[in-house]
Amino acid sequence: MTDLLEPRAIGADLVRRDGEAKVRGTATYAYETPVEHPAYAHPVQATIARGRVTAMDTTAAEALDGVLAVLTPFNAERLAETSDFEYAVLQGQDVGFRGQLIGVVVAETSELARQAADAVEVTYDEQPHDTELSADRPDLYAPEQVNAGHETDTAEGDVAAAMATAEVTLERTYSTAMYHNNPLEPHATTALWEPAGGGFLTLWDSTQGVHPDRAAVSEVFGLDQEQVRVVCPYVGGGFGSKGLPHGNVFLTALAARALPGRPVKMALTRQQMFFLAGYRTPTIQRMQLAADHRGRLSAIAIDVVEQTSRVKEFAEQTGVPARMMYASPNRRTTHRLAALDVPIPSWMRAPGECPGMFGPEVAMDELAEELGIDPVELRVRNEPEVDPETGKPWSSRNLVRCLREGAQRFGWSERRAYRDGDWLVGTGVASSVYPTMRQATSTAALRFEGGRYVAEIGAADLGTGAWTILPQITADALGVDVADVEVRIGDTRYPVASVAGGSSGTNTWGSALVVAAREFRTKYGADPRDGDEASGDVDQAGQDDTHSPYAFGAQFVEARVNADTGEIRVPRLLGVFGVGRVINPRTARSQLIGGMTMGLSMALHETSAWDPRIGQVANHDLGEYHITVNADVGAIEAHWIDEHDPYVNAMGSKGIGEIGIVGTAAAVVNAVHSATGVRVRDLPVTLDKLLPALD
Amino acid sequence: MKPFAYARPGDVAEAVRDVAAEPNAVFLAGGTNLVDHLRLGVARPDLVVDVRTLTSREVTDLPDGGLRLGAASTNSQVAADPRVRERWPVLAQALLAGATGQLRNMATTGGNPLQRTRCVYFQDVTTPCNKREPGSGCSAVGGYTRYHAVLGTPAALPDPTAPETCIATHPSDMAVALAALDAQVRVLGPAGERTVPFPELHRLPGDDPSRDTVLEHGELITAIDLPALPAGTRSAYRKVRDRASYAFALVSVAAVVTPDGELRLALGGVAHRPWRATRAEEVLRGQQLTQDAVRGAIAAELAAAQPQPGIDSGNGFKIPLVARTVLATVRGLLPEEHS
Ligand SMILES: Cc1cc2nc3c(=O)[nH]c(=O)nc-3n(C[C@H](O)[C@H](O)[C@H](O)COP(=O)(O)OP(=O)(O)OC[C@H]3O[C@@H](n4cnc5c(N)ncnc54)[C@H](O)[C@@H]3O)c2cc1C
Ligand code: SF4
Repeated sequence: MTDLLEPRAIGADLVRRDGEAKVRGTATYAYETPVEHPAYAHPVQATIARGRVTAMDTTAAEALDGVLAVLTPFNAERLAETSDFEYAVLQGQDVGFRGQLIGVVVAETSELARQAADAVEVTYDEQPHDTELSADRPDLYAPEQVNAGHETDTAEGDVAAAMATAEVTLERTYSTAMYHNNPLEPHATTALWEPAGGGFLTLWDSTQGVHPDRAAVSEVFGLDQEQVRVVCPYVGGGFGSKGLPHGNVFLTALAARALPGRPVKMALTRQQMFFLAGYRTPTIQRMQLAADHRGRLSAIAIDVVEQTSRVKEFAEQTGVPARMMYASPNRRTTHRLAALDVPIPSWMRAPGECPGMFGPEVAMDELAEELGIDPVELRVRNEPEVDPETGKPWSSRNLVRCLREGAQRFGWSERRAYRDGDWLVGTGVASSVYPTMRQATSTAALRFEGGRYVAEIGAADLGTGAWTILPQITADALGVDVADVEVRIGDTRYPVASVAGGSSGTNTWGSALVVAAREFRTKYGADPRDGDEASGDVDQAGQDDTHSPYAFGAQFVEARVNADTGEIRVPRLLGVFGVGRVINPRTARSQLIGGMTMGLSMALHETSAWDPRIGQVANHDLGEYHITVNADVGAIEAHWIDEHDPYVNAMGSKGIGEIGIVGTAAAVVNAVHSATGVRVRDLPVTLDKLLPALD
Repeated sequence: MKPFAYARPGDVAEAVRDVAAEPNAVFLAGGTNLVDHLRLGVARPDLVVDVRTLTSREVTDLPDGGLRLGAASTNSQVAADPRVRERWPVLAQALLAGATGQLRNMATTGGNPLQRTRCVYFQDVTTPCNKREPGSGCSAVGGYTRYHAVLGTPAALPDPTAPETCIATHPSDMAVALAALDAQVRVLGPAGERTVPFPELHRLPGDDPSRDTVLEHGELITAIDLPALPAGTRSAYRKVRDRASYAFALVSVAAVVTPDGELRLALGGVAHRPWRATRAEEVLRGQQLTQDAVRGAIAAELAAAQPQPGIDSGNGFKIPLVARTVLATVRGLLPEEHS
C-alpha cells in the first residue's frame, strides 16, 4: 500500500504547457534544430528482399557538385558493436529485407542528397525471398520468450478435455493485418560530432526516450555514455515506433562522422518509414472457447501465429491478455513465429494487448450469440476473483463497472438492430485491458531556484502531456502551487529516465519526482533556500508485488452499413475506463479518444497491403495507406470511473496511453455483425467483405 | 529527384512554344500532382513551365447557356460556383468528393483531369511499370489491384511482361462528371486551337500505356466548357470509397437524367479513363427509365468486365459494387413512381 498524494493540482484540467509553442510553430523538432551550416543525408535502400550487395558504383553520385560524402558497406567505417543487424548499418553486404539501408549520401541540400542517392548504382546477387505468413508453414518456431519478457506458451488444466465435454464450444480463426505506426513527425535526426578529440556526439533525435537512445548509440559506436548527448524536447508522435532507435539514427550518426564539426540532418520520407521504422506484425489467432449453457467458461485458448524478420527477432505478445482476462479453469496460450525476409517488426501502440484482444473479444461476442446471452452479461459472468495467471488479487479491477456504466451511457439495453432508410444499424461491445507498469530506472533532480521548484528528468512528451502533468504531480508531492513548479525533460543532461512506452511514463517518472519531492522536504523542510537540491529514484518509491495491477475498460460502438454499397460508418464510439486516478482530464481524454480512434482505424481502414512478389508494402504512403480521418469519427466519448488504487504508485495512476486502442476493433466488428449478420474475422472490415451478404 | 529548369513565360502562346520546343518539358498548374511526382522521380522533366497565372481563372457564362471554366479556376472555386451548384450539381458534388479542402484550393480545372493514375507501382520507381517506363512491364497484374480497372482491359488475365499491359484506373472524380456532361475541352497547341469532346480526351492503354490522353506534346488546356442542359435535368455524383473522406474512389458514378428520361452515365474507378457507359445508355434509349431497366442496362455494360485477382482478394467486388451504386444513384434521380 502506498499513501496516495492528496490531489490538488492532480485532477485539474490544465492546458498543455507546450501547447502555445506548438500552435505557433516555435516548438523545435529534431529536424528543425537550428544548427550552423547543416548538411543533409539521404539513404540508399536495397531493392531486393534477400541476397547480397556485390558492388556499388558511386561515381555519378560523387560527381555531383555539392555532394560531400557517399558511404556504402564497402567504405563505411567499422562500428564497435555489430551484433544487432538493424543497428549495424553498412557493416556488411547481406540484404535481409527490401528497403534495408545499404548506403547514405551527404550533400549541401536535401534535394541534392536525394538526387545523388538515386544515382548510386547497386549490383546484387539476388536470392529467392520468402515473405508470406501463413498458419501452416512448416518452419514456424517458438521464440524463447515474447515481447516484454513474457513466456511464449502457457497451459493450465486440459483445454482439449474441456472442449470435448462442454455444453457449448467455439473454435474460430481471426486475423489482424500488418499496421504501420505512422506518427505525423517522421523519424528524424540531426547529428553533430565534435571536430577533434574524444569523439563527442550530439544527437537531436525524435525519440520516445533520450536515455535508451543514448545507450544504444554509444554501445554501437563504442563510446562512453557520457560522450553522447541526446536532446529531444518534442516528439510529433511515436506510437512505439520511436521507442527503440531504428537504423536511421545510426546511419545519420555514421554520416555525420564523415564530416566532423558539421551537423548532418536526415528525416525519413513517409515511404521509407514503411521499411525502416518498425510495424505491427500481422497475426493469425486460433481461438477456442468452451462454456456451459449459462455462459461460464470452462476453457479459453489462443494459438497465435505471427511474423518476425529473419535478421532480427521481435515476438509480439499477442496471446498474453487471454491469460488473465476471464476466469476459466482450463487455458492455453501459444506463440509461433515465421522468420521471413521482411522488415523488422517492433512496438506499436499496445503491442500484445491491441491485436490480442481482437480474437478473444470477437469470440466472446460469437459465444454470447450462440448462447443467447447479452454480451455484456457474458463478460460479467466470467469475472475472475483473482488474476487467473498469477493467482494474485487485483490491485483494482473495475471491468464490470466499466461495462455497466458504459451500457447505461450508451443506451445498450434499448439496443436493436434496425434499418434506417438506406442504412443498416447495429451495436457492439468489447472489453479493454492494459497492464499497469512501472520501469525500474528513472531519477529526478529537484532544485529550488528563484522562488520556484525546478525538476529535471530525461522524460519524453510524445504529444501525450508529460510537460504538463509532471509539474502537477510534483506540485502535489511538494504541496505547492503548480505554477511554482517547472519540470524540464527531453535531454540526457538531465537524470536518467525510462522510455515512454508500455503506458509507464507517468507511473515511472512521476514516482521518481514524488521521491525527489519527499526527499527535498525531508532535507529542507517547508522553507528552502535558493540552490537547495534533492534527487529521487523510482526504485525508492513504494513497490507492491502482492497485487496484480491492470487498467480495464469497455467500449461500445454503433455501426451503420449502407445497404446499397456496404460502406461502413461509425457514428458513435463510447468508452468507459478504469485507469486509476486521472492526473489531467484534458490530456487523458485526448489519449483515450486518440487510442479509440486508432482502434477504429484498425477496424475499418488500416492495412499494409503486403506484396509478396517483391517483398514490400504496396500502399506505402498516406495517400494509399488509409488512416481514419475526421469525417469517419462521429460522436466519440471517453469516460472514466472514479478509481482509487493504493497499490500501483503514489499518484494512483495506471497509465492511459494505450488502453484506448485495445478492444475497439472487436467492438466495431461486433457492431457490424449486429447490423448485417456478417461476422468479419479478418481485419480490416471493408465493404467488399459485406457486399455478398447484402441483398 | 532530378534538377530541372523552371519558366514562367509571359502568355499562353509562349508557354505552348516553350513546351513544344523541349521534348522533355511539362506544364505546371496547381502542382498537387506534378510536384509529388517530381519528388518521387516519377516525373523527370528538364523544363517545368508554370501556366497557373497565364491561363484564365474565370468561370464565365456562354451565350448558349453553358459555362466556361478557365483552366486556372480552382476546384474549390468551381465547386462553390452557384451556377455550377444549381445547374451541374453532378460536377460540384464530384469536385467536393475529391481530395481535401487544401488540395482543392490549389488544384485546377486544367490539372485535375490530367492527374496521373494512383497505381502504387506507377508511383514507386523501384518497380516495373509500363506507364512510367514503357516496356518495363506491369507490376500491378497479380499485385495490389484494389484500385485497378475492371473495364477496358483484355478479356483474359493480362500478361504482366507485355509492353502494352496496364490495368490502371484514372483517379479523377471531376473527370467522371465531365464525361457524363459531354463537356468540351478547349486546347491550344503548337498547331493552333482545337476542341476535344471530354469523353474522348482520355484513352485506353492501347499499345502505349504511357499516354493517358489524346493531347499531343505541347498542347495546353485553356478552358473546359459545360454545355447547357435542358431545364429540369437532374444529376448526381456518388463516390464509394474505403473511408468517408480523403480517399480515391473504389467506384464512382456520375448520372444525369434529362426531363424526357434520357440517362447519361459515367463510371469512375473502373477503367483507364473515365468510363462513359455508352452500352448502358444505348440499351436504355427509348425505354422507360425504371429500376429494372437500369439494372438490365448496367448488366449489359458490365458484361465484359474482368476482375483482377491480387493481394487482399483482388478487385472482383467492383463489378457488383458498380451495379449497386448505379442503381442507388439513379434511384435518387427518378421521379417517385419509378423508384
Ligand atoms: C493526397 C491526395 C488526395 C487526392 N484525392 C483526390 C480525390 O479523391 N479525387 C480526385 O479527383 N483527385 C484527388 N487528388 C488529386 C488532385 O485532384 C489533383 O492532384 C489535382 O486536381 C491536379 O491539379 P493541379 O492543378 O494541381 O495539377 P498539376 O499537379 O499542376 O498538374 C497535373 C498534370 O496536369 C498537367 N497540366 C496542368 N495544367 C495543365 C493545362 N492547363 N494544360 C495541359 N496540361 C496541364 C501537368 O503537366 C501535370 O501533368 C488528390 C491528390 C492528393 C495529393
Ligand atoms: S497498371 Fe499501369 S500504371 Fe500500374 S504498374 Fe501496370 S502499367 Fe504501371
